[in-house]
Amino acid sequence: MLKVEQIETFYGSSQALFGVSLEVREGEVVTLLGRNGMGKSTTIKSIMGLTPVTSGRITFNDKEIHALPSYRVARQGLGLVPEGRQIFPNLTVRENIMVGAAHYGGRKEPYTLAEALEIFPRLGERLNNYGNQLSGGEQQMLAVVRALMTTPKLLILDEATEGLAPLVRKEIWHGLGVLKARGQSILVIDKNLRALMTLADRHYIMEKGAVVWSGTTSEIADNEELKASYRGV
Amino acid sequence: MFQFDRQKICLSIGALLLVLLPLLASLAGEPYLVSLFSRILIYALAAASLDLILGYGGLVSLGHAAFFGIGAYVVGILSFHDFEESALIAWPFLIPGSDSALVAWPAAIFIAALLAVFVGALSLRTSGMHFIMITLAFAQMLYFFFVALEGYGGDDGLSLFSRNTLPALDLGDDTQFYYVCLTLLFAFLYLSARLVKSPFGMVIRGCRENEKRMQSLGFPTFRYKLLCFVIAGAAAGLAGALNANQVEYVSPGLMHWTRSGIILIMVILGGSGTLYGPVLGAAAFLLLEEVLSIYTEHWMLYFGPALILVVLFARHGLYGVLVGKEKRHG
Repeated sequence: MLKVEQIETFYGSSQALFGVSLEVREGEVVTLLGRNGMGKSTTIKSIMGLTPVTSGRITFNDKEIHALPSYRVARQGLGLVPEGRQIFPNLTVRENIMVGAAHYGGRKEPYTLAEALEIFPRLGERLNNYGNQLSGGEQQMLAVVRALMTTPKLLILDEATEGLAPLVRKEIWHGLGVLKARGQSILVIDKNLRALMTLADRHYIMEKGAVVWSGTTSEIADNEELKASYRGV
Repeated sequence: MFQFDRQKICLSIGALLLVLLPLLASLAGEPYLVSLFSRILIYALAAASLDLILGYGGLVSLGHAAFFGIGAYVVGILSFHDFEESALIAWPFLIPGSDSALVAWPAAIFIAALLAVFVGALSLRTSGMHFIMITLAFAQMLYFFFVALEGYGGDDGLSLFSRNTLPALDLGDDTQFYYVCLTLLFAFLYLSARLVKSPFGMVIRGCRENEKRMQSLGFPTFRYKLLCFVIAGAAAGLAGALNANQVEYVSPGLMHWTRSGIILIMVILGGSGTLYGPVLGAAAFLLLEEVLSIYTEHWMLYFGPALILVVLFARHGLYGVLVGKEKRHG
């Protein structure tokens, strides 16, 4: 589905990514692990066309996307839940959700408002509140639902549960579990390895702008050194 | 619930007062009020159109008067050629002048929209201070162009022989002209209210909040903003056409950056991003101008502090004070 091959990305003259390669297959949940500043978010931004890639290749369903503007990348079927949520504070919850569906003209989306709210029912009680009236957890749920409304073939979450209370995190992970059960492909960055172990199929670990390890959940479970290193990432 | 009722009540009272104004002016023995309020309605239309891009799109334009002025000039030039019985364009096809509102007003809207496509296509590639400066520069270029256009009066402007004609109506009659302005303003507000709540409007408001986010949701934001800019420009062109009819005179001053500043002040005073607020802002500005200028020609000295107070203490302008702070989208 998504293939990232040897991409390099620069911020000005400083190189942020050094030949990063990864793959997400249909129906898989894949994680990107690593400490802060290792290039995880830059990888996501490069995939989404938000940061230009200087070399390498990104394909999505066999179509090259690394030279496309971000709106055209999104239209291929990549839905991003960005770091910091970035919901629209002065739009209501309903508008925040429906804006994601706007360019599909209500024709193609597999998620109706009611279906999307099934994943995070709490949002249903807040439909008429403005985005800035939500808690951090509710904002994260809203960001996920908004991304779902764009009909993503691949949902990408950058720091999915950062800064959230444990109970709220549980709710988010539960929602992502529901999506996985429905066959949604997901690429997720998070630091909560324990939750990711139960949710994800495969993992990539990044250090200093490069992928240094990749493997399945069972491989990471059998590797005590890795578990010890990344339990507290 | 109370907020919702309060807003509805305020809007209903406002609309009713505007509908009854000619009657009230006649009862009060002050017929000039009809003319004054026609001017208010015209500027309200211009300010509401600016609010579409400023309040909803987050684009601070200091060149909106360019569209207002070009709309006025289209009416003026067509009227001039109609009076002179000369062709506006003789080759490759003949375009004569016209004093018909059914020709001149759509032409004003079309030409203003065309100008907005050109200005927007260049200026919307920038943002913030650069956008302000580019829109300002375009308006000033147009201002100096018309100053230099001796054939149409240059700096002195151009007088209309009479107001445009409309079938079954006498636009020369102030009351009838007032109701035409009122109908057009109501129509624009109704369509704009529908627009800002539509998926298109949500995208525009989303761009104001976070344009990059809208792009990564799959929206070609430039095209959306350009369309919004063109709609606003076209409406300002219509306001200009009405203004030319009301005062029966057009001049480059209509496009000067200070005119853009006045329209901007009307939006801020009434409440940006409220749609109906700019109507209130236009009314407050022009009524204060009317009253204060009786006492001093330096009336802006007294108006300035009032504007500062509104900006400091009424985040959503006079409209926010009237209907309550939380109600913003009409």
